[in-house]
Amino acid sequence: MPDVTGLEDATSLARQVLDADQVSRACARMAHEVLEANRGPAGLVLLGIPTRGVPLAERLGRAMAEVESTPIPVGSLDVTMYRDDLRQHPTRAPGRTEVPVSVDGAVVVLVDDVLFSGRTVRAALDALGDLGRPRAVRLAVLVDRGHRELPVRADHVGKNLPTRSDERVSVRLTEVDGYDEVTITGDDA
Amino acid sequence: MRHLLSAADLDVAEITEILDLGEEMALVQGRPVKKLPALRGRTVVNLFFEDSTRTRSSFELAGKWLSADVINISAKGSSVSKGESLRDTVLTVASMGVDALVIRHMASGAPLQAARWFAELGLGVHVLNAGDGTHEHPTQALLDAFTLRKHFRTQDPSRDGFAGRRIAVVGDITHSRVARSNVALLTTLGAQVVLVAPPTLLPAGVDGWPVEVRTDLDEVLGEVDAVMMLRVQRERMSGGYFPTPREYTVGYGLTRARLGLLRPDAAICHPGPMNRGLEISADAADSAGSLILDQVAAGVAVRMSVLYQLLGGADEGGALR
Repeated sequence: MPDVTGLEDATSLARQVLDADQVSRACARMAHEVLEANRGPAGLVLLGIPTRGVPLAERLGRAMAEVESTPIPVGSLDVTMYRDDLRQHPTRAPGRTEVPVSVDGAVVVLVDDVLFSGRTVRAALDALGDLGRPRAVRLAVLVDRGHRELPVRADHVGKNLPTRSDERVSVRLTEVDGYDEVTITGDDA
Repeated sequence: MRHLLSAADLDVAEITEILDLGEEMALVQGRPVKKLPALRGRTVVNLFFEDSTRTRSSFELAGKWLSADVINISAKGSSVSKGESLRDTVLTVASMGVDALVIRHMASGAPLQAARWFAELGLGVHVLNAGDGTHEHPTQALLDAFTLRKHFRTQDPSRDGFAGRRIAVVGDITHSRVARSNVALLTTLGAQVVLVAPPTLLPAGVDGWPVEVRTDLDEVLGEVDAVMMLRVQRERMSGGYFPTPREYTVGYGLTRARLGLLRPDAAICHPGPMNRGLEISADAADSAGSLILDQVAAGVAVRMSVLYQLLGGADEGGALR
């Protein structure tokens, strides 16, 4: 996190890359893409990764249900216990795992806000493996900012965002933060 | 704090964090793969100087389901039976490089003493009190609170928490570490604890506890949201605390007749093992209001939560700092 001394500095450093309309258009497009790639809603289960992956998954689910006029199962998959950096931090409080239907044989779409190192997705794949054996697993992210440390790629991306590794990408969503926005914060003052 | 020695050490936020995480852990119990990798590479030793079935086995399951390596050492069959001192035993085990020691001991304060020795020697071993003498049994109180919280929520989802709840703890309070831990924990959570016992089984100094003390069980039963029956500890009953077991049952057993005095929605708890027919009748233990098996199930979830809080992160510890 950048070392900011005052609120004004923090806002002046943050550059908006997606506003609320652009966030909602990106979600709508991703919803259509997922359906298109899957040739319809059959077998789809959306699992959001807490915190902000969960409301994103719910949004995608609602958009898809509207298009197809059929409900899409949406849940959450917490990966805290599966992280490879647990020992490097004080104990983290895990989030919720709620999987509405069996993932056996399903096409699970993992949903997260930002794809960065790929370590969260690796943890999610491990967590999913303990819940069952999906027929396929896809990955949908609102922002892909690059700098992968593992061989992971997203199937559906809201916005490809070239960044420096020392920059910080913040996704804000109404359900969690009260407003929709994606910003990038540089480390240079 | 890096240990779990006493329920009295916990504040509301810490208790809530442990219980909330316990709910997540309980979901793991229902899965086909009952395993989380969070404590992979950690080693937990159950060091039991007293007999136990459910506490030891649930700590063992809790550790294993979090992928820790768990070994059990009991006094019988270990060097303790050759006369080794507590200090030598715990330091020997700790020196093997284990991460946590779950201790049950007949002497009050034994886990605290072990934690002090570790601190003196700079050993980073976490200590969990699994019952020490007549002092405390904090994980039992946590699992009781977990079970009751869930029960209260199911009954009335609009009313959360323990504020305004009255919970009776009935039986041998003097020798009960379960009672002491529950008084501390439930009181912290805002419940009103009512101790019900014959005067001979009330400890000296009970007047100073934040509880209501009563001697007539029949009067109390209709006033409480839950009744927690304590086991009559036959192994500690040589002092003539009551004339005959029969007389105890008549005065303080949860008999079939007394079931009718309880409110219809009242919960019945017992930490186990039960003396059926002595402090609790089969009718009560197997009645619809009985949460006794829920308590056992909660034991694993709550102990998973506690182990994760102590061992899940970097070595500073988590909620139990």
